[in-house]
Amino acid sequence: MLSRVANCLYWMSRFIERADNTARVVDVNLQLILDFRTLDEKSLAEYWMPIIESTGDEEKFFSRNAKATGLSVTEFLVFDCENPNSIISSVSQARENARMVRDQITVELWEELNRLYLWIRSTDARHMWRHSPADFFGHIRNSSLLLVGTIYATVVHNEGWYFMQAGKFLERADKITRILDVRHTIFPGSGTPRALTQRDTLELSAVLRSCSAWDAYKAAYGAEVRPEWVAEILLFNDEFPRSVRFCVEKLDDALRRISGVGPRRFSNDSEKLSGRLLAELAYGSTEEVIAIGIHDYVDQQQVKLNNIGAALFNAYIFQPFMALEDEIVVQQEMQQQQQSRESFTDSPIRHTQAGATKARQTACKLQMGNEHDQT
Amino acid sequence: MAGADGKIRPHYAKFERLLREMPPEEFEQKRLAADVAFLRQGITFNVYGDAQGTERIFPFDLVPRIIPAKEWEHIEAGLIQRITALNLFLHDIYHEQKILKDGTIPPFYVISGKHFRREFVNFEVPKDIYIHICGTDLIRGADGTYYVLEDNGRCPSGVSYVLENRGAMKRTFPGMFEQIGVRPVDHYPQELLKMLQYIAPKGVAEPTVVLLTPGSYNSAYFEHTYLARQMGIEIVEGRDLVVRDGRVSMRTTKGLKPVHVIYRRLDDDFLDPTVFRRDSALGVPGLIHAYRSGNVSLANSIGTGIADDKVIYYFVPRMIKYYLDQEPILPNVPTYLASEEEDFQYIMDHLGELVVKAANESGGYGMLMGPKASKEEIEKFRELIKADPRNYIAQPMISLSTHPTRQDDGTFEGRHIDLRPYILSGEKTVIVPGGLTRVALRKGSLVVNSSQGGGSKDTWVLYGDE
Repeated sequence: MLSRVANCLYWMSRFIERADNTARVVDVNLQLILDFRTLDEKSLAEYWMPIIESTGDEEKFFSRNAKATGLSVTEFLVFDCENPNSIISSVSQARENARMVRDQITVELWEELNRLYLWIRSTDARHMWRHSPADFFGHIRNSSLLLVGTIYATVVHNEGWYFMQAGKFLERADKITRILDVRHTIFPGSGTPRALTQRDTLELSAVLRSCSAWDAYKAAYGAEVRPEWVAEILLFNDEFPRSVRFCVEKLDDALRRISGVGPRRFSNDSEKLSGRLLAELAYGSTEEVIAIGIHDYVDQQQVKLNNIGAALFNAYIFQPFMALEDEIVVQQEMQQQQQSRESFTDSPIRHTQAGATKARQTACKLQMGNEHDQT
Repeated sequence: MAGADGKIRPHYAKFERLLREMPPEEFEQKRLAADVAFLRQGITFNVYGDAQGTERIFPFDLVPRIIPAKEWEHIEAGLIQRITALNLFLHDIYHEQKILKDGTIPPFYVISGKHFRREFVNFEVPKDIYIHICGTDLIRGADGTYYVLEDNGRCPSGVSYVLENRGAMKRTFPGMFEQIGVRPVDHYPQELLKMLQYIAPKGVAEPTVVLLTPGSYNSAYFEHTYLARQMGIEIVEGRDLVVRDGRVSMRTTKGLKPVHVIYRRLDDDFLDPTVFRRDSALGVPGLIHAYRSGNVSLANSIGTGIADDKVIYYFVPRMIKYYLDQEPILPNVPTYLASEEEDFQYIMDHLGELVVKAANESGGYGMLMGPKASKEEIEKFRELIKADPRNYIAQPMISLSTHPTRQDDGTFEGRHIDLRPYILSGEKTVIVPGGLTRVALRKGSLVVNSSQGGGSKDTWVLYGDE
């Protein structure tokens, strides 16, 4: 398929996933804050800033907002068009990528994405956000699920579909690591774990809920919330669809479907890197993570995921482009070579040197668009 | 819809009865549903010069224009005759130029034409077809005669609205189609693809056809994607194509893949920055060389713009007589050429009564509607014509036929319409029944072009005569 199209499908998927994940994070943390009894300005800032920091947006945030309050942070994350990672920006960019390749996606997918885009820019959405955030996020969540389902059920599972899967799972893996990172202070370093406060427990539950992992966690570990178990389910669980391990496995699979190479082999850097990352996750353990420290570990994983994305780009999307002037020169050279080849082979009579030169000159003039006499 | 005597014309009878029996609320509901469907699907149109540059739904009126079979047969025959003559004309002026040497058309008009490509004289275009896709605009005068207003032989657009409008009508009035007997239109994409494959370079067993678009900010982008999808071909932009050794390829995830036929929705000038406009970022360097080498075919061929020229339009009836030895079945609108002395005087004396058009503009731009214009506008055009007479024609203001169109208050009022059928020339000439009926939504307005705020209706050609 066209490289440009593959690129658009990949990024459309990434932006859809990004919007969904940001919505989850804001939703859960908004609800959580209601559980806290008193929060002064400082604690509020401490509560919300890690979320902004996890996406690396502090500078952008403070260039547009004086303080980190619940209102300013959530506005920034949801409706700020100048924040490329806000929900509204992510949806807009997803839709723009889709629009550029409208003919490659099904009508159902385009209509649903377009509908979400129109809604989030409407006054209806603003109204809902102000008066009933739960409904607002419910709407986004349902839209995302509808999009995922539509993509699965109506798009032909060919190369384009696998680019979408690759984008989705790469983005999801990245976002899970960032959600973990938000509360990395709760996670123990090496040595004895510190005692958890009630607030810690609540915040850890929020981390789980942000990944829709609450039920899965309870089923696997019971009611007690322990940081090392939270890390385990979100990083290493091979059955839970929002764990990093699960996502990288799907990403790896999608990459290999694109190139057609078999399991445990690689045909380009992106497959090599995803295979390695998958092996790390498949054979890793929480102890190793805690020894490194969650924050640093998560940083490393994000770099690896970035590298996989860059390698994917180099393998399939990137084609060297020349500047127009250079391209024009190349074309002229090739055309002259071609003309001279043809003028030697055309006529059965042997050309003299002068004759061949004249033929080349005429041919040159023709293609440079000069006038001939017409009678 | 109604004849001069006020009675409903026979081919509208069934529709009129069904519409009368429908409660107004139901009609309103259906209208809203159609609008919502169009917006959700993004069937929109970017209007140049609109401050927001945003997409607007291309307004669609639910009352269809109905044409009885006999009337359509007449139109079809006239269009086939016309496109045959145009293609013969183009072949002639790019080869022996007999019609110019005989003086039937003064050579000055062709040679001075903005779109005459002298670089392509004596070039053999694939299958010797110049205009593969033509959109000819027709109007119906007060006496019921169909006149040709102009031919569009470069990149005529609008056929996607024909197909989508039909889809909307089928969803909105499902029962009516069975009862009334309307000829289908949805075979257009198949016919278009067949034609594109037909013109492929020799010796290619399974030619790769692509559609070349200027990109998603072009006003007709919806149509480009729609047609590409319906035909099952790739849609590409200039930057997706690369020319090496005189052959065109597209950049894919698995490397370069050869391209044999390009349905280009780009004007000649923008196709190749190494040959035409150097500043065009939309084209493909080297494309013209590949075309000349016979390694890639283009639809429409290079150089058809001269037939689009509104001054050359004047001579089409002569072409029909010259090449086919026939009288034109569909007449031209009476036309005056500003560069002919007698005509020039007439134009200057009657500027306030005439419609004046610049030879090479489209979309309703560069036009003066004498009877509706202010004194300043008329004087401005007077100067423009004096400065460059070769590039202006004038026509009397023909009253376009009107058609009942729903207004915001629920009533129906007459609005001016025209008709653009789409003529495909491949192995055979194929015309999908009907075409795009465009309607001027503002009361009294005669400008139907979509880029200036017109709308459209579905066109029903009946199997029978009622």
